[in-house]
Amino acid sequence: MDKIELIVCIKQVPLVSELPWDPKTKTLRREMAEGMMDPAAKHALEAALQIRKVMEEKAVAGKKKIRITVITMGPPMSEEVLREALAMGADSGVLLTDPRMAGADTLITSKILGAAIKKVRPDFDLVFCGSAASDSETGQVGPQLAEELDVPAAAYVERLDIENGHIRIQRLCDNFLETLEMDLPALVTIPPRTFFPRHVPLGGLQQSFEGGDVRTLLAADIALSPDLYAAKASPTKIVNVFSPTAEKENIRLRGAAKKVVEELFRRFEDRIGGAAGKDLKISDLKIPE
Amino acid sequence: MADKRNEIWVFGDYRNYFQNRVTLQLLARANAIAPAIDGLVCAVVLGHDVGEYVWEYGAHGADRIYVTDHPDLKTYSGDLYTHLMVKLAEEKRPEIILIGATDFGREFGPRVAKRLETGLTADCVGLEINRDGLLVQTAPGFGGNLLAEIVTPKARPQMATVRPGIFQEIPHDDDRKAEVIEIPLPPDIPRDRVRLLRCEYRPGRDQCLEDARVVICGGRGMGSKSKFKKLFELARLLNGEVGATRPVIYSRWADHEALVGQAGRQVKPRLLFSFGISGAIQHTAAVTDAEFIIAVNKNPHATMMKMADVAIAADANQVCTALIKELKRRLKSS
Repeated sequence: MDKIELIVCIKQVPLVSELPWDPKTKTLRREMAEGMMDPAAKHALEAALQIRKVMEEKAVAGKKKIRITVITMGPPMSEEVLREALAMGADSGVLLTDPRMAGADTLITSKILGAAIKKVRPDFDLVFCGSAASDSETGQVGPQLAEELDVPAAAYVERLDIENGHIRIQRLCDNFLETLEMDLPALVTIPPRTFFPRHVPLGGLQQSFEGGDVRTLLAADIALSPDLYAAKASPTKIVNVFSPTAEKENIRLRGAAKKVVEELFRRFEDRIGGAAGKDLKISDLKIPE
Repeated sequence: MADKRNEIWVFGDYRNYFQNRVTLQLLARANAIAPAIDGLVCAVVLGHDVGEYVWEYGAHGADRIYVTDHPDLKTYSGDLYTHLMVKLAEEKRPEIILIGATDFGREFGPRVAKRLETGLTADCVGLEINRDGLLVQTAPGFGGNLLAEIVTPKARPQMATVRPGIFQEIPHDDDRKAEVIEIPLPPDIPRDRVRLLRCEYRPGRDQCLEDARVVICGGRGMGSKSKFKKLFELARLLNGEVGATRPVIYSRWADHEALVGQAGRQVKPRLLFSFGISGAIQHTAAVTDAEFIIAVNKNPHATMMKMADVAIAADANQVCTALIKELKRRLKSS
């Protein structure tokens, strides 16, 4: 192997937890929210960067070329996270954006990502995904992408080494610490635990916005079937969305600490005492000693 | 004559059986929804020497159990289990497949769904049948700030991974017997592409925070390390445990073990006190299962304040001090 191709799938997620919701289309209006790189995806990118460094050090004589390509799918503004990834050290970015890709569930997303990878890096060695994105939290795209690419996969990877065409992994899965080995090409998902992302230097960020190898691919560019509209093709449909927190009364108290604490106990002493398993009532019939 | 009833499958996730009850919980839920679709509750068990689990699942509500028992399956394998599950599903055509949202289930479920070209809803907290006979799967998103009801109208089976601890298992009943159907290991089974070199059981770290009925979480808004320490006093008075946000851990006011967040612990107390926490999604995601939240923050617009049942707009440290004083007074008086 004189050349190694690493792919990192990243996602832009909303920075805030409150998000504009479009009741008509029953989807999140991602274009309305300020975005950031999904934390797990960022850890996945960090894992790829660290692996590249280790391998480059090992291969002083061999002079291996290790290339990291980041891919994201989303509205045009998702390009921001690709730029950030370049600033962190990725070599090139691919933005998949097309109205036809909107509304894809995990099944269709994995097909689109798979088609893109086959198009831009058909000779890929290892794909990294975040273990679950902070917005939809499904954790499904990684394993489904492995199926689409027909490669072995392991989720929740906390340590990995690449050697001689295979990869050795350590991961914690349901209280079992597993050491696994797979042949390349393969796919791993990385939880936001061990590969703590480096800081992005501001200058680097600026540079990546000015130059930087980012290309945009439309549905037609990755030869998606012309009648594939992600929202329609997705087998799952969201029929209703509600906010469990909106059903809370959200009682507001303010004022001096002593006063609010008194009011808190007046209204909720049963609840506080009940949870603590202690009787917090002040007896009305206190007999003076 | 084949049984025409709609099969509801539950994946038998028996590894770590005594801690992992989700399969039994799913059998119970499958029983509850079965009448609405003329359903037959089935378990699928893959492994080696799995007789005792087959018997257990029968006693806990499975009507029919498909079993493949073979030495080649003696350890969990995502690759082989996916192959076997898909093959069996293509043959038997179940209406619904439910899988516990364990780490394994959340890796295995998506692969099965992908091969069957069907939908899958992740980490469901609710399962109902609607008027059209469709499985309505309620799943959290955005750290539990939103719940979505999802259906799979056309593709089959309808699939969901389901969060452990949501449904009550049916008590063990030895008189309940399932029809056991043995499925031989097919001859064309592929080579396992993932080689398991070592696997050691790591008993879970202590679950104090996860199991606590009262959790006191503190953020940077507590002001300093010495003020943060008061939370431990409050926790002692309320039989609670102390949790912390990431900035607090970075400031070394609390140990990393106390991190409540996506990369730390998930808590589900009956009562959560939140002191000086603005509510970054990595934190709120881990506290949404709290039954009752009392938040204290100077900023009334903080996300944590909006999520709370009671939001106290005041200095977190001062309220904590006043609470400790009031609790001591009340505990003395009783």
